[in-house]
Amino acid sequence: MTDLIAFLEPSRSVIDRRPTIIADLAELLPEGCLITEERELVPFDTDAFVSYRRMPLAVVLPETTAQVAAVMKYCNDNAIPVIPRGAGTSLSGGAIPQEDAVVIGVSKMNQIVEVDYPNRTAVVQAGVTNISISQSVDADGFFYAPDPSSQLACTIGGNIGMNSGGAHCLKYGVTTNNLLGVKMVMFDGSIVEIGGKALDSAGYDLLGLICGSEGQLGIVTEATVRLLAKPEGARPVLFGFESSVAAGACVTEIIGSGIIPVAIEFMDKPAIEICEAFAQAGYPMDVEALLIVEVEGSDAEMDAMLARIIEIARKHAVKTIKESQSATEAALIWKGRKSAFGATGRIADYICMDGTVPLGQLSHVLEKTSEIIDHYGLRVANVFHAGDGNMHPLILFDANDPEESMKAEMAGNDILKLCVDAGGCLTGEHGVGIEKRDLMRHQYTDADLAQQMRVRAAFDPQWILNPSKVFPLERRNGSQPGDPVPDAAAAPGKTAA
Amino acid sequence: MSEPGIQYPETDDEVARIVSEACANRRPIEIRGGGTKRGYGRPLQVASALSVEKLSGITNYDPSELVMAARAGTPLEEIEAALALNKQMLTFEPMDHRPLLGASGVPTIGGVFAGNISGPRRISAGAARDSLLGVRFVNGSGEIIKSGGRVMKNVTGLDLVKLMAGSWGTLGVLCEVIFKVLPRPETMATIVVKGLNDAQAAEAMAAAMGMSVEVSGAAHLPESVVHKIADGALKGGPATVLRLEGLEPSVAVRRERLVEEMHRRGEVSVLDADATTSVWRDIRDVKPFAGASAGVSVKPVWRVSVAPSAGHQLVAALRLKTGVDAFFDWQGGLVWLQMEADPEADLVRKYIKALGGGHATLVRADAATRAAVPVFEPQPAALEALTKRIKEQFDPRAILNPGRMSSAV
Ligand SMILES: Cc1cc2nc3c(=O)[nH]c(=O)nc-3n(C[C@H](O)[C@H](O)[C@H](O)COP(=O)(O)OP(=O)(O)OC[C@H]3O[C@@H](n4cnc5c(N)ncnc54)[C@H](O)[C@@H]3O)c2cc1C
Ligand SMILES: Cc1cc2nc3c(=O)[nH]c(=O)nc-3n(C[C@H](O)[C@H](O)[C@H](O)COP(=O)(O)OP(=O)(O)OC[C@H]3O[C@@H](n4cnc5c(N)ncnc54)[C@H](O)[C@@H]3O)c2cc1C
Repeated sequence: MTDLIAFLEPSRSVIDRRPTIIADLAELLPEGCLITEERELVPFDTDAFVSYRRMPLAVVLPETTAQVAAVMKYCNDNAIPVIPRGAGTSLSGGAIPQEDAVVIGVSKMNQIVEVDYPNRTAVVQAGVTNISISQSVDADGFFYAPDPSSQLACTIGGNIGMNSGGAHCLKYGVTTNNLLGVKMVMFDGSIVEIGGKALDSAGYDLLGLICGSEGQLGIVTEATVRLLAKPEGARPVLFGFESSVAAGACVTEIIGSGIIPVAIEFMDKPAIEICEAFAQAGYPMDVEALLIVEVEGSDAEMDAMLARIIEIARKHAVKTIKESQSATEAALIWKGRKSAFGATGRIADYICMDGTVPLGQLSHVLEKTSEIIDHYGLRVANVFHAGDGNMHPLILFDANDPEESMKAEMAGNDILKLCVDAGGCLTGEHGVGIEKRDLMRHQYTDADLAQQMRVRAAFDPQWILNPSKVFPLERRNGSQPGDPVPDAAAAPGKTAA
Repeated sequence: MSEPGIQYPETDDEVARIVSEACANRRPIEIRGGGTKRGYGRPLQVASALSVEKLSGITNYDPSELVMAARAGTPLEEIEAALALNKQMLTFEPMDHRPLLGASGVPTIGGVFAGNISGPRRISAGAARDSLLGVRFVNGSGEIIKSGGRVMKNVTGLDLVKLMAGSWGTLGVLCEVIFKVLPRPETMATIVVKGLNDAQAAEAMAAAMGMSVEVSGAAHLPESVVHKIADGALKGGPATVLRLEGLEPSVAVRRERLVEEMHRRGEVSVLDADATTSVWRDIRDVKPFAGASAGVSVKPVWRVSVAPSAGHQLVAALRLKTGVDAFFDWQGGLVWLQMEADPEADLVRKYIKALGGGHATLVRADAATRAAVPVFEPQPAALEALTKRIKEQFDPRAILNPGRMSSAV
């Protein structure tokens, strides 16, 4: 394990109070909602960014908003850091705890409170999994659009924390575009409701700010989300190209021509090989890049759209065209793509990067990415959402080799900087977490960052919510780069302990 | 055409300098775009103004990337013309307030985003804030801040872009905006269902939106307003209108399915693409309540946003108490209310609350009313306090459009 990423020095004064804190928390919660045994704490010591872990002080799993509020108030009054947690599938370390923190997990709050078809909304508790929203309305012809690949496990609270997207967000947008309201517990335990069933809400767009704020502004306990009518059908087509450049040009031309498919997924040769070996999806092996383009609608509409898309692909010297003729064939085309992470994990350790670039920069960034990877003597497989420029290079390495691990992290950082330099950003959906925290200064000036941090402070004056994430550590509390890192418990504005 | 007391910066640095000075002297300034609504909203008590008129021009536009960047003072017309040349459009269909407000002036792209102005397609394609990808602005301390960028997906830090949208110039002076655009639909059609009352129309619209035909606009025009739309093209009883947009083959298939479904509810007809354009333009611009020219007293107009199923209930409840004319966009969730005389703020807001929440903005009223009635929806105490803290973090000396949104911000 490498340790490029620093953690805040845990507060001694909090850790020394652990027995009292645990006793106090037990008072606030019903039986079975407090975890303090080391053995039971282990599952909470990291998220899907598994190379870093820290044992939390305690974990609470409240059953109601009122309980979340009580715990939050207690922690704020006593300057105890709090880590909001959904299912812990964050890939950037957003839900990793620290030794002096109480994890507040929303997994027991997993009820669908209300489904309202005339208004096409659902009110759900924060611990509901992403997929169960769609499942509960499927029979009636509706679905919830954002579909991260982790949708079986991840929670709507975590989706809001990370503003998650998925393969279909080219057409339907990401979480923020499908969220109408939240109930949220603020730093001091007060409960606010923002938005609701109306399409827009009064005042500043707090909902837009909360979505993607990585558990820094409050703990979401309930959400009102948009439901959409399910399309009649969906059909993917698979294209194989001689080069990544040709595939990239094809993507821009499809979009430029006025067709917005629901998904355009891109895979390069190494990714094709890895996925085909695992899924036997019938992917062509004699091409350099592959696109999966999916359209939706009635049969007549899909026929018409696919005909146009295929015509465009032909202009870019497409080598293979596979139109799915049945649901089974369609499933097979997607199976290869969807198993990308699992299949890669079978052949090597990998880190999944998540940078976003303007569409016109795709080819350039792919080319530079391979130069960076060659420079470190590593391998990379690229699978990503091409329609919105969200790249996911999977950097392969051997986790048992400390030097290679270090190189993988360094290559990842170089690639993210490349994305920013190409006019893009550090993360399109996985979040900053601890992973990209120290790269923030590559994308933002000190003034930009300070503005964001001041907004954060308006929501959490003591900086106790998920404190060591997102913002470079040394920029805390208005300090300058290089200043010593302040102890969270000693932060200004602290109320009496 | 400079006026005394107004500064016209030409660069971001000049904006920053002007705001820094205002900050240092604690001298509030009004931020002006095209000023299409000057004299509306909460009256500002300011000695000077900053106009973004000279911060103008499209700075980056690659049609194949579906992204445009423009300086904030760029006239909306210039943006729309450049997009039209490439068969593209703004997804959120911003309304033109001039007919409603009887105002002149040139709406700017900065003003559109500062007000988060969205039209009928908001129901399917999102609001202005959903299209906004990046901003550069000057905060109340005179610092140039950027957030977001030219990419569709971005979760790098806090999303200040969303916060700027709809903040009405109270958090910063927008200098440049970067936004998503979409291909213009190849064709359009509107299904018209005649003879439904408000409640039946709400049900019909909900049914249409629940189908897989992707309705991109759903409005209901009661008898009292229908003749004012598209030069009377729909007159003769209330009309419920449903818009389809897209590729020719898609619209053909969907039109058939939607007609079949609506047939059971009322008399159905179909409008072609041209008629569709004018009907939806008039709905977007609130043509039925178009005002007299500036200076002439006009009836108060509210813009109400509620759950779609609550819109007609609100109007029914109000009718029992006061004189009100109304029509519905966004499947019934956007209600345009023209009050007989008194704006009835307390009544409107009380009923909105009783119907499950939402908000009301007083878009048109005389100066005395606007000074007396909260123009924007008052917030619950906890959110009001949070709003104040946020304002302080952007504009610590409260010099940018002070009091525009409420007495607090
Ligand atoms: C195999 C795999 C595939 C993935 N694919 C995708 C993908 O396609 N698209 C994508 O966007 N992401 C993807 N992810 C990343 C991850 O699944 C998402 O970020 C997801 O939204 C996290 O949800 P969670 O419930 O696991 O949240 P957690 O990991 O528990 O938390 C995520 C963040 O949200 C905060 N948070 C959690 N709950 C709350 C709450 N109730 N209130 C406030 N803050 C909260 C946490 O503090 C943390 O910062 C993938 C992950 C894996 C492991
Ligand atoms: C109180 C009030 C309520 C309104 N309600 C609605 C409504 O509910 N729905 C609706 O669709 N329209 C509403 N309008 C109308 C809307 O303001 C205009 O149609 C259009 O957005 C104005 O464009 P403009 O360029 O003329 O901007 P202006 O009229 O000049 O400015 C509009 C607002 O944005 C600010 N602004 C302008 N440019 C910038 C900039 N570069 N940076 C920061 N701030 C800037 C201004 O200070 C002002 O607050 C309302 C107007 C007012 C005053």
